[in-house]
Amino acid sequence: MTAVASPEIRAKYQAVIGLECHVELKTATKMFCGCVNEFGGEPNTHVCPVCLGMPGALPVPNKKAIELVIKAGLAFGAEIPNYSKFDRKNYFYPDMPKDYQISQYDMPLTQGGVVRFWLPDGTRGECRLTRIHLEEDTGKSTHAGSGDGRIAGSEYSLVDFNRAGVPLMECVSEPDIRSAEEAVAYLDALKRTFVELAVSDVKMEEGSLRCDANVSIRPVDAQTLGTKTEIKNMNSFKSVQRAIESEISRQIGVLESGGRIVQETRGWDEAAGTTHVMRSKEEAHDYRYFPDPDLTPLEIAAGDIEHLRAEVRELPFERFERYADGFGLSVAQASQLIDNPSLAEYFDRVASASSDPQAGANHVLGELSRLANETGIAVADSKVRPKAIAELIELVAAKTINSKIAKDVITRLWAEGGSAKEIVAKEGLAQVSDPSTIEAFVDEVLGSNEKIVADIRGGKDKGLQFLVGQVMKASRGKANPKLVEELLRKKIV
Amino acid sequence: MAQTAMEIAADVNARRRSAREVTREALARIERTDGDVGAYLTRLDEFALEHAEGVDARVGAGETLPLAGVPLAIKDNMCVRGTRTTCGSKILADWVAPYTATAVLRLLEAGAIPLGKTNLDEFAMGSSCENSALGVTRNPYDLERVPGGSSGGSAAAVAADEAVIATGSDTGGSIREPAAFCNVVGFKPTYGRVSRYGLVAFASSLDQIGPFARTVEDAALVYDVIAGKDPMDATSVDLPVEPTARHLRDDLNGIRVGIVREFTTDALPAVVADVYTIAYRELEKLGATLVDVSLPTAQYGLATYYLIAPAECSSNLARFDGVRYGLRVNGSDVTEMYEKTRAAGFGAEVKRRILIGTYALSSGYYDAYYVKAQKVRTLIAADFAKAFERCDVIASPAASSPAFRFNAKSDPYSMYLMDYYTIPVSLAGLPSLSVPCGAVIPEDGTRPMPMGLQLVTPLFEERRLLGVANAFEKATQHASKLTPQIAGARA
Amino acid sequence: MALAAEDAACTFGERAWSMPIDVRYVAKLARLALSPDEVESYGAQLTDFLTHVDALRELDTQDVPATAQVIHARNVGREDAVTPCLARDEVLAGAPQAYGSYFRVPRIIGAEE
Repeated sequence: MTAVASPEIRAKYQAVIGLECHVELKTATKMFCGCVNEFGGEPNTHVCPVCLGMPGALPVPNKKAIELVIKAGLAFGAEIPNYSKFDRKNYFYPDMPKDYQISQYDMPLTQGGVVRFWLPDGTRGECRLTRIHLEEDTGKSTHAGSGDGRIAGSEYSLVDFNRAGVPLMECVSEPDIRSAEEAVAYLDALKRTFVELAVSDVKMEEGSLRCDANVSIRPVDAQTLGTKTEIKNMNSFKSVQRAIESEISRQIGVLESGGRIVQETRGWDEAAGTTHVMRSKEEAHDYRYFPDPDLTPLEIAAGDIEHLRAEVRELPFERFERYADGFGLSVAQASQLIDNPSLAEYFDRVASASSDPQAGANHVLGELSRLANETGIAVADSKVRPKAIAELIELVAAKTINSKIAKDVITRLWAEGGSAKEIVAKEGLAQVSDPSTIEAFVDEVLGSNEKIVADIRGGKDKGLQFLVGQVMKASRGKANPKLVEELLRKKIV
Repeated sequence: MAQTAMEIAADVNARRRSAREVTREALARIERTDGDVGAYLTRLDEFALEHAEGVDARVGAGETLPLAGVPLAIKDNMCVRGTRTTCGSKILADWVAPYTATAVLRLLEAGAIPLGKTNLDEFAMGSSCENSALGVTRNPYDLERVPGGSSGGSAAAVAADEAVIATGSDTGGSIREPAAFCNVVGFKPTYGRVSRYGLVAFASSLDQIGPFARTVEDAALVYDVIAGKDPMDATSVDLPVEPTARHLRDDLNGIRVGIVREFTTDALPAVVADVYTIAYRELEKLGATLVDVSLPTAQYGLATYYLIAPAECSSNLARFDGVRYGLRVNGSDVTEMYEKTRAAGFGAEVKRRILIGTYALSSGYYDAYYVKAQKVRTLIAADFAKAFERCDVIASPAASSPAFRFNAKSDPYSMYLMDYYTIPVSLAGLPSLSVPCGAVIPEDGTRPMPMGLQLVTPLFEERRLLGVANAFEKATQHASKLTPQIAGARA
Repeated sequence: MALAAEDAACTFGERAWSMPIDVRYVAKLARLALSPDEVESYGAQLTDFLTHVDALRELDTQDVPATAQVIHARNVGREDAVTPCLARDEVLAGAPQAYGSYFRVPRIIGAEE
């Protein structure tokens, strides 16, 4: 267990982090065969001669998967080279059917690009992408006999090939990330973008997003990079954050005690909260990449790229800027909306129909989301039309109703749909601003609260708010509170 | 002379004979002679009779099938659902394929009758069939000699009349060399013409399925059935296939035949050289003009091939790891299991090529060996393209010698040299075939042994290739001048 | 029987290019257990083989593109449409060792990929 360095010592160092993310694509079928691409299932039932690597079977690429990777690249402004190809990455592992993985070595589908992200405090950051390439996933091994399902001490392993051959894109970043928080913000940006584009479900718990981190540290004023370690086995955003923090601390501890960082692969141990050595550099593989002779090269026509580019609309980061900078929403509100694309789209319709997006966000994330939670119906699927919310916002702004009445109107809209204006008119919920009507309520309240009126006249102003409340109550909330107060003062004085 | 595929199909389609009858006769013939020849690793008697019944039913229902009732032998590196597919290897000795190769599927659909799976050099690596771990196949023209390889079992089956047609696979000469050794026609179409789906891969960028037959017409008939785009093979070409079998020329008027300067026969023994000198003259007599062409880089073919093919094989054969199918030799951990399984399962030649290929792809050597070989491959293909500006077809020996005795080639490289003339053609992906062109009595033998003439045309010019071969065959009738040693076994 | 091809082989250049081959390393990469005798014999054969392939150095290939495939097809692929999978029994029929619905293998030593 490494001791946690003091803030002063930590401040001497800068972390340099790059991430490699494997993202399973959302296609109907696997990468090189027509087997269903579906999480789970009874072991070894989503397989065929191709994805089992049977003798004589041949791969045929899924065109949709290629399109999805190009779309993902375009989302980050990557370059799409006009020539690409598949290569074989040769190594033996029991869950890899052919004992080579069809991947892309020197000519990936996309090159470059920038991922822009934001942190919980609203700070923006960016990280360059090196490349995104397309490959096939492996099967899954379960290690048995060790008692804890881990590899160490296991007696044998059980292999399920249902996942073997699922299309996987690997997003490799440049070492532009400087903290564990930034790493998580970067992952959030990837996740939001891939969900938005329907490229992937990005469910880390189902393994559809897996991430390795390259971590090194250097003195803050240093120009050269320190020796890096590669961290594996992180299976949630939280564990990415914890693992990177732990590794930074460990490396600082090593350097501070006069040691040297060794280039190696380390595994994150969620329970222990530390990383441990998995493989040293000396054991590095010789993958013997070569172009896969079973597949033809890819030539991506400019027209196809433009066609895909047209499908890439507003991205989460752009949306964030529009919400936070354009509408003035809080980081939390903006993030909340972006993480629920259908809600965000609903909000956008409210915002474009009204002149007060902040009020719209308040309604959408407040009362409407509360009702959605309560009823299990998504806001976008409810009877409440965005136009009705826009009307509501205008009614409040025009002081036709107050915010309490507004909540009641939303409940009505949720139950029966329709127009906010009509509900307000039909139910007579409009705020009463006619002095003669209000005067009747005021006189009634003054008549039954003589003691308080006397106190106010004697200088105890506190009682006035109580009287306002009584008048509002008598008017069933509809009286214009400002007018009520004015009339009270006039009559008492 | 036994019936050709053309004749059998005509008889069965006209219901003069039933497919069952043809099949029973073929199975009986195998029963009598295959003890001597050893062409088959697995016999499919029951499946054959069942399939024949189906063919008879279809013909009875009015269908006309291009290969109705034609007895077929299948090289045992092609999958047939529910049957053993061994590749001549201990590592797959008991593996039953759960699916059928596209080429085989098309043959069965066309009415051919699958009699059995034939012997081969392990994973199609070899030129004599001696590398099979599962059986010995003898040359029907001299049982002391090899049938050639790797498709030796298929060539021998057709030569011994144990099948009328057979499938082979050719990577560097594995159809053409055994065809030459066994006095039959062996045809390797353009790379990509025939689907490789279900053909157990040796070297993916070179492997190609093709037919063996006793006549060029029969080979064309099979080709017409198996050629064409297959959605299961991304490298199968999407070009229309012109039917060939009934469109073969029988003269060579106006045809320019290229004789490759670098493939000089001067260094061959006089008797062997004479066979080719005569064969070229026969081509001339049929109306062809002989043209001198040059393939300056063809001499680098062997070195190029023996880097590219082993590199691809080292990767293709990685999957034989004892996890999902085939042999497993247990070990204390999975790596030891892999190493023991593969050590026990593969023979010496396969191991040799896996080692060469692994080395050629390994870190630090990739550019020097693999990439270099791929570049030379470009030069060799360009040489052929240039030669074809001056000629329509290239003629050469199909193999460096007639069939040799068992164990005659102990040095691996001397065995590799058997394919000296076929390998450059494979590297260029060109269609080519071997057609019988004469015989010689080897110095160490007493029986005349057949020789093959290799013909080559530009990519996708299969019809021209088969036409030239047909004209030569019809005019010369070399095949019928020899009698197999096992012919006496005929009841 | 002297052959043209063998003569051609004799013209292959002197071996000067290849380093001695570490057969053990190569065999490890290929997951092939070799006996000490095999290490020696394959080592000799591979070294001999490389003397033959060194002939390729005679050719200037500086500006020559590499041929990975002789056919020039591009972008061959398939639509994203589901096709039937194999029945589980067929999947496991050839398994050297199955365990329930799984393939069973000896313990895995070393890191996962």
